[in-house]
Amino acid sequence: MRVLAAMSGGVDSAVAAARAVEAGHDVTGVHLALSAKPGTLRTGSRGCCTVEDAHDARRVADILGIPYYVWDFAERFTEDVVEDFVAEYAAGRTPNPCLRCNERIKFEALLDKAIALGFDAVCTGHYARLEVVDGRPELRRSADLDKDQSYVLASLTREQLSHAMFPLGGSVKSDVRVEAQERGLAVAEKPDSYDICFIPDGDTRGFLQAKLGARPGHLVDDETGAVLGVHAGVHGFTVGQRHGLGIEAPAPDGRPRYVLSLEPVSGNVRVGAVEKLGVREIVAERPIWPSGVALGGEVECVAQVRAHGGTSAARAALVDGALVVRPSAELRGVAPGQAVVLYRPDPGGDVVLGSGMISATR
Amino acid sequence: MGGVSFRPGPGAVYSGSAMTYLDHAATTPILPEAAAALTAALTSFGNASSLHSSGRRARRAVEEARETIAGALGARPSEVLFTSGGTESDNLAVKGIYWGRRAKDPGRTRVLVSAVEHHAVLDAALWLAEHEGAEVTLLEVDDFGRVHEDTLRAAIAENPDDVALVSVMWANNEVGTVNPVRELAGTCAAHGIPFHTDAVQAVGVLPVHFAESGASALTVSAHKVGGPYGVGVLLLGRDVPCVPVAHGGGQERDVRSGTLDVPAIVSMATAVRVATEQRAERAARLTALRDELVREVRAALPEALLNGDPGETSVDGGPSRLPGNAHFTFPGCEGDSLLMLLDARGIECSTGSACTAGVAQPSHVLLAMGVEPAPARGSLRFSLGHSTTVADVRTLAEAIAPVVERARNAGLAGLRRGAARTAEV
Repeated sequence: MRVLAAMSGGVDSAVAAARAVEAGHDVTGVHLALSAKPGTLRTGSRGCCTVEDAHDARRVADILGIPYYVWDFAERFTEDVVEDFVAEYAAGRTPNPCLRCNERIKFEALLDKAIALGFDAVCTGHYARLEVVDGRPELRRSADLDKDQSYVLASLTREQLSHAMFPLGGSVKSDVRVEAQERGLAVAEKPDSYDICFIPDGDTRGFLQAKLGARPGHLVDDETGAVLGVHAGVHGFTVGQRHGLGIEAPAPDGRPRYVLSLEPVSGNVRVGAVEKLGVREIVAERPIWPSGVALGGEVECVAQVRAHGGTSAARAALVDGALVVRPSAELRGVAPGQAVVLYRPDPGGDVVLGSGMISATR
Repeated sequence: MGGVSFRPGPGAVYSGSAMTYLDHAATTPILPEAAAALTAALTSFGNASSLHSSGRRARRAVEEARETIAGALGARPSEVLFTSGGTESDNLAVKGIYWGRRAKDPGRTRVLVSAVEHHAVLDAALWLAEHEGAEVTLLEVDDFGRVHEDTLRAAIAENPDDVALVSVMWANNEVGTVNPVRELAGTCAAHGIPFHTDAVQAVGVLPVHFAESGASALTVSAHKVGGPYGVGVLLLGRDVPCVPVAHGGGQERDVRSGTLDVPAIVSMATAVRVATEQRAERAARLTALRDELVREVRAALPEALLNGDPGETSVDGGPSRLPGNAHFTFPGCEGDSLLMLLDARGIECSTGSACTAGVAQPSHVLLAMGVEPAPARGSLRFSLGHSTTVADVRTLAEAIAPVVERARNAGLAGLRRGAARTAEV
């Protein structure tokens, strides 16, 4: 196959590209320039897409003996990921930019271009297993559950996944590093990136403040309706958040308060006790079926509501085009804007059944 | 990284000879004579500034090289300053002459450069504006990318007394358009203003004669004419004030310090001599090949637009377009897609000036010529040189139509999806 390997300059995409080469594919490496003004040098483990990352990816391509190019996707990334991220927060939701980048950049803008240019697949260093079963793509959790990225890939359609390649799905991260070392790839020791790549200092609230300005509102006691304080904008909060609320006086019962909901129109941030965070029903819009098969009737599954953790056994059904998910135990910190991903438990890696964007919780 | 062996991947073609190299404006293979001179000189040693026998031998080689280059380019030997290449020569000319002129007259802070200069001139001038109180006037160009004498005259006339220097390239590296250097230099001379010209692309294919051009300073790069990398020349008139950029041992008229790279200088002189000796014949051959290339591309793709001067007239006794340059816009295509598809077929060309991150930005040259950003991104430069053959042109002619069609589909794919999503929202 003719494979386009997306190479970030990190260890995962480097080993993924190496494995694709070794599997006998005709591989071309591409580094996506996602920032209009990339920094020259990385600082610490933070950020990505610097000129130094492009250099690291180039050196890996040299060793693999594959052609290598830098493609400019800065405009698409700004529109589809960064501006979407800001708009979602402004609307009182909590977006996942990595998911959006997979859905709109790597497996849309990049994949479309790759296919049109004659490639068969896009290869990335994601940790998720992807196989074709009975002619349908089957997306499963990674063999390395700590690194599993099936959650941020679950919003890819059957069509997108049928042109995707994740060579690291069956591996654990420590082995990938050893392999990078053995292959002589200088990126073997490069630290993992955890932050949002376009907010290299990790200060999401500051980033949003700079983009959205101050949109003051009230912190409201969900129980009594009493105004407990003021804040600079709903975009500074996420459902389930406990710290940094800026409330001076403790609750009468002395127990911590949590963000329960965000109301962008009134500007109210409703806070209350931890029990009120519990969610028994999740409604998710825009359902996507990675293998192309919609849920038939009510299904027993495992639901995951954020990138790390937040899983529960659940019953899910498709109702009027929306996913309705009822966790068997109350889930806390379920934020609208995040994805709910449904898995069928399997010893060989839980299989993704479908996903949707959380629009309401009860 | 020691011990790591190079493993070409399947399908990768890495043999230089298998390539159709159409990027001679980026660099051109070293001429056999220059390679021989370089290797011969590498084994003899000596610091050209030393006073003993080894030093004198090295110095003699440098001075002979200086005289050779002066003779080939119509300059006096004392006007030849060796540098590390085109970028350094441009920086030295723009900054050095600016500082020299300002030192004599603090009111001379205006720098006039064309909008289509190489970044080595443009960014040096903009740096002076940012850090040294210069005021930069960008000289407008016509649709071919040419600076007209009346544009320069009008810009000087705004205030002839505040102009530090003027810099306009002899021929444009991207679109190949040749500027009326003698006219421009003459206009500057009438006001006693130093005129610098970057002749990196011109030497070896156009009749470059420093004295006859009337320029005060002229940049030459060795590797663009079949010499080695990392060496160049600034021809600098003896009465032109120029403050050094790098200070040190006072070599090169006290304007450019640093131990001279004798083998590179000797090799460069050989390349400049051979290239200028063979100029007329080579220019005629490249013109014929280039015209054939343009014909073939237009026949295959009638919508392809040739950028720059059509090359049908004469400027300063030479052609109006660089003989080896063909620069096209392919509507609806992205330059990076075109480049990759051609590269995969063993055809090497360029989307414009290379950039650190390797990201293709729309060319400032095309934008200055009035091309919109989208078509500017869909442009390619094919540049021919001494090793180009008819077979190279044929190879491109056969590949270009399917490549453009595929790249156009890739461009449309992005648009379609974007439109579909907008509709969906």
